[in-house]
Amino acid sequence: MGEFTVHRVRFFDYMPSAIRAMAFNRHTERLALARADGALELFNFSDSYFQEKVIPGRDGRAVEALCWVGRRLFSAGLNGEITEYDLENLRPRYTMEAYGGPIWTISSNPQGTHLAIGCEDGTVKIFEILEETIQFQRNLNRQKNRIISLSWHPSGALIAAGMMDMIRIFNAESGHATHRLLVERGVGASKSREVVVWSVAFLSDHTIVSGDSAGKVQVWDGRTGTLIRTHLVTKWDVLALSVTHDESSLVAGTSEGTVVQFQFLSSTVDRTDKDWVRTRTFKNHTHDVRALVHTDTAVVSGGMDTQLVVRPLLDKVEKNTQESALRKIAFPHRSLVSCGKKAGMLLFQFPDHLELWRLGESDGHGKPGDSVPVKRKPEKLVQLKRKGDDHICCSALSPCGGWLAYSTVSSVRLYRLQYNNNNVSITKVTKLPKVLTSAHQLCFAPDSSKLFASSSQSSVVVVALCQSECKYLHTLKTKSGTRQPIHLMSASDDGKWLATASTDCRIHVYNLHKLKLHCTVPVYSSCPTAIAIHPTTSNLVMVHADQQILEYSLAQKEYTEWSRKLQKQGLHPLWLDRDTPIIHVTFNPKNPAHIILHDTYMFCVIDQSLPLPDQKALLYNQMTLRSLPELERVRHSHAFKICKTFQHLLCVSLLEDHSLVVVERPLLDIASQLPAPVRQKKFAT
Amino acid sequence: MVEHGDIRVVHRGGSKINFRVPVITNDSRFLLCASGECVKVFSTSTEECIHDLQGHTDLVTGVVLNPSNHLQVYSCSEDGTIRLWDFTDGILIKTLVIGYPIYSFYASANHGGVLFIVSPMINDRRSEACQLAAVHLPPSGDQLVEAREISSVLSDVSSNPAAVAFSRGGEYIASAKDLQLEVYFFKKEKSYRFSLKEHNNKGARNKFTCVSCHPTDDCIATGHEDGKIRLWRNFNHKREYTYSTLHWHHSAVSSLCFTPEGTNLLSGGVESVLVQWRYEQESQQDFLPRLGAAITHIAVSPDGALFCTSHADNKITIIQSCVKVSAVLQGLVKGESVRTDLMVDPRSKALVLNGKPGHLQFYSLQRDKQLYNLDIVQQEYIHQSGLEQFEVVKAAFDARGNWLATVEERKQKDLELELNLKLWAYDEQTQSFVLNTTVSAPHEARITAMCFCHAADSQTTMLASASKDGHFKAWQLGEPAHTEEGPSWSCDFVGAYHGLVPECCCFSADGSLLAISFQEVVTVWSPASWELLTTLSQPPGAIRDLCFGQLSCSKYLLGTTAKNLLCCWNLLTCSLEWSTAMDVGLLLADPLSENMAAFCCQAGCTDLFVFKPSEPRPLFSHKAVCSGKVTHAVFAPREEMLESCGESSQWLNRSQLYFLTQYMDLLTFSTKAEEDRLMASSKQLVIDDSVAVTPFYLLLGKHRQEKQETLTSLCPERTQLPQGSVAIKELLHTPAHVLPSTSYLCSMFVRSLLISIKDTREEDDPNEEEMESEKEEEGDSEGEMEPSASGQRSSSSGQTQESGAPALTKAQGRELRRVKKLDHSWLSSLLDS
Repeated sequence: MGEFTVHRVRFFDYMPSAIRAMAFNRHTERLALARADGALELFNFSDSYFQEKVIPGRDGRAVEALCWVGRRLFSAGLNGEITEYDLENLRPRYTMEAYGGPIWTISSNPQGTHLAIGCEDGTVKIFEILEETIQFQRNLNRQKNRIISLSWHPSGALIAAGMMDMIRIFNAESGHATHRLLVERGVGASKSREVVVWSVAFLSDHTIVSGDSAGKVQVWDGRTGTLIRTHLVTKWDVLALSVTHDESSLVAGTSEGTVVQFQFLSSTVDRTDKDWVRTRTFKNHTHDVRALVHTDTAVVSGGMDTQLVVRPLLDKVEKNTQESALRKIAFPHRSLVSCGKKAGMLLFQFPDHLELWRLGESDGHGKPGDSVPVKRKPEKLVQLKRKGDDHICCSALSPCGGWLAYSTVSSVRLYRLQYNNNNVSITKVTKLPKVLTSAHQLCFAPDSSKLFASSSQSSVVVVALCQSECKYLHTLKTKSGTRQPIHLMSASDDGKWLATASTDCRIHVYNLHKLKLHCTVPVYSSCPTAIAIHPTTSNLVMVHADQQILEYSLAQKEYTEWSRKLQKQGLHPLWLDRDTPIIHVTFNPKNPAHIILHDTYMFCVIDQSLPLPDQKALLYNQMTLRSLPELERVRHSHAFKICKTFQHLLCVSLLEDHSLVVVERPLLDIASQLPAPVRQKKFAT
Repeated sequence: MVEHGDIRVVHRGGSKINFRVPVITNDSRFLLCASGECVKVFSTSTEECIHDLQGHTDLVTGVVLNPSNHLQVYSCSEDGTIRLWDFTDGILIKTLVIGYPIYSFYASANHGGVLFIVSPMINDRRSEACQLAAVHLPPSGDQLVEAREISSVLSDVSSNPAAVAFSRGGEYIASAKDLQLEVYFFKKEKSYRFSLKEHNNKGARNKFTCVSCHPTDDCIATGHEDGKIRLWRNFNHKREYTYSTLHWHHSAVSSLCFTPEGTNLLSGGVESVLVQWRYEQESQQDFLPRLGAAITHIAVSPDGALFCTSHADNKITIIQSCVKVSAVLQGLVKGESVRTDLMVDPRSKALVLNGKPGHLQFYSLQRDKQLYNLDIVQQEYIHQSGLEQFEVVKAAFDARGNWLATVEERKQKDLELELNLKLWAYDEQTQSFVLNTTVSAPHEARITAMCFCHAADSQTTMLASASKDGHFKAWQLGEPAHTEEGPSWSCDFVGAYHGLVPECCCFSADGSLLAISFQEVVTVWSPASWELLTTLSQPPGAIRDLCFGQLSCSKYLLGTTAKNLLCCWNLLTCSLEWSTAMDVGLLLADPLSENMAAFCCQAGCTDLFVFKPSEPRPLFSHKAVCSGKVTHAVFAPREEMLESCGESSQWLNRSQLYFLTQYMDLLTFSTKAEEDRLMASSKQLVIDDSVAVTPFYLLLGKHRQEKQETLTSLCPERTQLPQGSVAIKELLHTPAHVLPSTSYLCSMFVRSLLISIKDTREEDDPNEEEMESEKEEEGDSEGEMEPSASGQRSSSSGQTQESGAPALTKAQGRELRRVKKLDHSWLSSLLDS
């Protein structure tokens, strides 16, 4: 697979933020996920759980609850505001003050006409959902304590509200409380402490299920207001509940990091009366499970340990398929690192700052596998704090290292970097073109003469850069008039082509010489996760969320021969079974047949000159190849050369001097920065 | 009377009672358990063994109550038969011949006339696999029936009986093997299989160990090797089955049982804690800890009031409503090995060997009951694997049973051997052994042999111990010291011989000689002066066993060598008397006769030779006593001498030879005469089972009998009384025309049931009753030896009522006598039925 000098970078202190809330839209199969820093992420469950969109957070916005109404997404937080999001421009559409103090929960009625929010001051406020906005309608009867959780009855006539020490059932029409269900406090020392009903679920047969801070999951009869059964699940809190759509199963997330499943089962085969029975326990988290979604086939959980875990229920999915595997999504499905290839510099993107590092140097030569002494240590050149409250959504470093740009939802900033000896001077480019207000994706031309910024409606703004100023050149527009944001951009090395990919799976290629659309790649059903244009052959290589690799010739405007062969033969099953998407594609200038790509757990060199592996061949064969004699090796080698030496990869990139940069972020390092989990008695400790 | 070759190897006493799950009868009064080749019936309240249901010729592998008659019990055995018993009377009702070894069997109330057996695959005998088959009970009323209708139900089942369970109402059967649970629905004739992964990423061992079905709900509980319990539900779907996991045990769950109402689930394992899980509220558990040893089986009485747990140390504990241990049935404790030899306590004549960890057990072979445990180590035993703890490795009694010497040792990795020699004195007042002296580190290395001087007349007892450190020591009880604590033991002499390691030591019968073997050399010392008298040697081969002859043969010293030689030295001439080439694994002398027993291991089997040292010809030889090596054996003195004149069985007259096989089975030799006597006594044994047999009752009954015997001294040879049921039989079998008229019988019968005030007053005076009976006795004392003679039975049975349970009034007695004259004597026995 070729030998590389590898810069193994472990100084990117990327720290994801805790998962606070989740909402699942059954119709579009999109999961909305809110993190503690206010960022929102959208995952497409029908497309290999790909993280399609990210709405950056904002200081002071703490999302406490999320709610889908049709295709509209609402959030509410402890800042007392309701926010609706613009999912096409990846920014909040509007925010509305609810005037009830911090909002703990938001829930829409099943008909999608009204929103109910639970406020700190004890009111449940009903908002009417209008075409463009929402409008306050009325308050339900005010209670003494804060409203922690809300759940609508599927008929939309009743609302159950979890509070301190009790659950109230409201008539949504009249606003009167009809029942008052007292929740027992914990035993022992916690007797004096109020019990918090963290979560309630109102089922269609008028059963109410509640999870509380005393560790109980309780089943109530909502008609009579009586307790049917108590399941003591944990010594700590039950923080989240989620019920499947058909109400046959529910899950409860606890502070111990466990998710407990309850199923609605009949006690004997021939009887029809059913009961909620505790069945499985899943332990995939080390910390609190704050957010839970029970889809028809899987339990999706997230919490303080920042990982999103998709645990398929084996009784609902086909066994031993890609779908039945447990997935842990720890890293974003986009690159947070941009690499100045010529200058040997790395730009790390954090929500509130950027870090510019110069890679170390070494003159040593060693055997493969050796670590070489470092002559010059890697050095942090610049730490750039962002301005304003909005978090950084994208950033880019020019290949020469002379330009740096980042964007928030409200502004784009461009900086000029100059190096003299060991000093770095950074100057902000003051006069930016008016059209450059915000960008979803930023990209520099390989010769650092142009900056491409994707803006709304899939258009790309081209800005020419010279010395210390910039000039607006053109706006590239699609013909199709798609409104989805561009999430990937790639310019060819010769400066002729620019490829863009938007979240609706469309890929456009522009001719930069003529500044117009060259072609549109046939739409493939899965979202592209990485695109790149080959420097010599001008073929566009695209990798999709379902792990397919396509190569499209820009000259012939058709898929290349190799791509057709690959499609005909099919990819290796082990390749298709990988659960993290390829997030970066580069090429080896030394060997034009090599394509370098990576996901979280491996990087791979595809040699287009070698035969493709057949279905039964060993995919991960580098170790066996090494042990074989030279002649045998040729016979056994195939196009996919996979290296798993480096794990938890955030970036793999090839520098100008043919050394490889590998940015790792071990999960253990993330886990060690988390707060301590709740104390649990472990056997034999 | 006794012919040659009538000596047979039998299991007598000490068999496992924890082999299979015990059964509690419907009225919770009896507990039935498989024990070797018989089924034992215990009383749950008094711990007394009431019946031995004997008849099987191989290991009994299962006991199940007859679902259609709760007074009957089925038992199955590896001899390929199923037998139906009436356990209240101990009668074999029916024998069903299957023809294949049966490993376990099950019955269900909803499958009338069908038993489910687990037996090896009928088609493929070689493989280890077992199958579950349904046996249709033939309707014929014969005693011995052959079952022809056998149909296979499940093909691959575990031979472990805990791994198969019937559901509520017998709708389905659950069977677990290795990593697969199979549920077979009888109605649909369809089975569902659920598999687990062998290991999950956390290293859990998922293999199934046991299964239990909920009595009312569709819920199957399974135990696993890693201590988890899974509750399976919804298993009538291929995919949508579900289970929840309970985890308390840290090692494999060995037994699971639902209570009859299904409100609780009981589980047990090596932790020796009975865990009671509330069904549907599994987070709440109750524990009954410190049950002594690992739980192997759990059973619940049908009314749910009694639980019983079998333990790995051959014990059954009966527990009342999960709070109180109400009774303990203790069998012979058999660990993996017996480090101490088998011994016989000279006082109680009990067999003494290692019992519970750190204990010596005293086991009465005659009564097949453990007498008591002596705590030697006196340290808490911790149930944990890999933890080295003190073990009793040697023990010895002196001739009169006044002293007991024990050696305990602990060898921890990388640490020096810890040794303790303890001497225990018998305390008459407490009737037990009391620690007298503890010698820590009596030797520097492991003790190889230890023996007391057996001279009955010597004033001071002496103990000799030999050790791997090359020394042997003699210990003697010192003079009473200045302190008030009484005499204690101290070392008297330390000897060595050319730095060789002493292996065996043995005192001569009179205590005047001590023989110690040093590899190939036998040294003979005088304990009085501690001088080396002579050395005997017969190379090659190190001495393995050393034994002085007893009684008239005391001039002989016998030894076996590792090079297959049995040597006999004459101590008077100090020369080899004779030697023979035999691979003797174990040599021991009968203390009550001149006989010696030698166990020879040949080709995987052990042969026994019994001989006198003075005679060249063996008295008795038995080929292939058992498979494997016999490592421990003992001559146990009989309580009464056996009167058999057969030449080959004479050696068994005074004492009985017990030996332990490789598989820790305690076997013995029994003669024909002995067996006949046993059979006779078991036939004669009559205990009124309608009353729970309490020790008090037995005591009282004996007392009464004695009293009666003094009264009825005129008939010293009173036989046991025949049973009441015989009379009814006779009544039913007698032709109707010879019976008295029904009206006559009826009125008398009804009158017997009436209670009059006058009668009760009379009954209060037992003396008068007994006088009455005495008078009767005088009349009929002659022919009582033949209980078959119908004419005489009336008197004896009449007497039963009057003396044992005075239920007859005077008037009735008179009536009875009148009837008797009519020679309808059997009728009287009707009255007590």
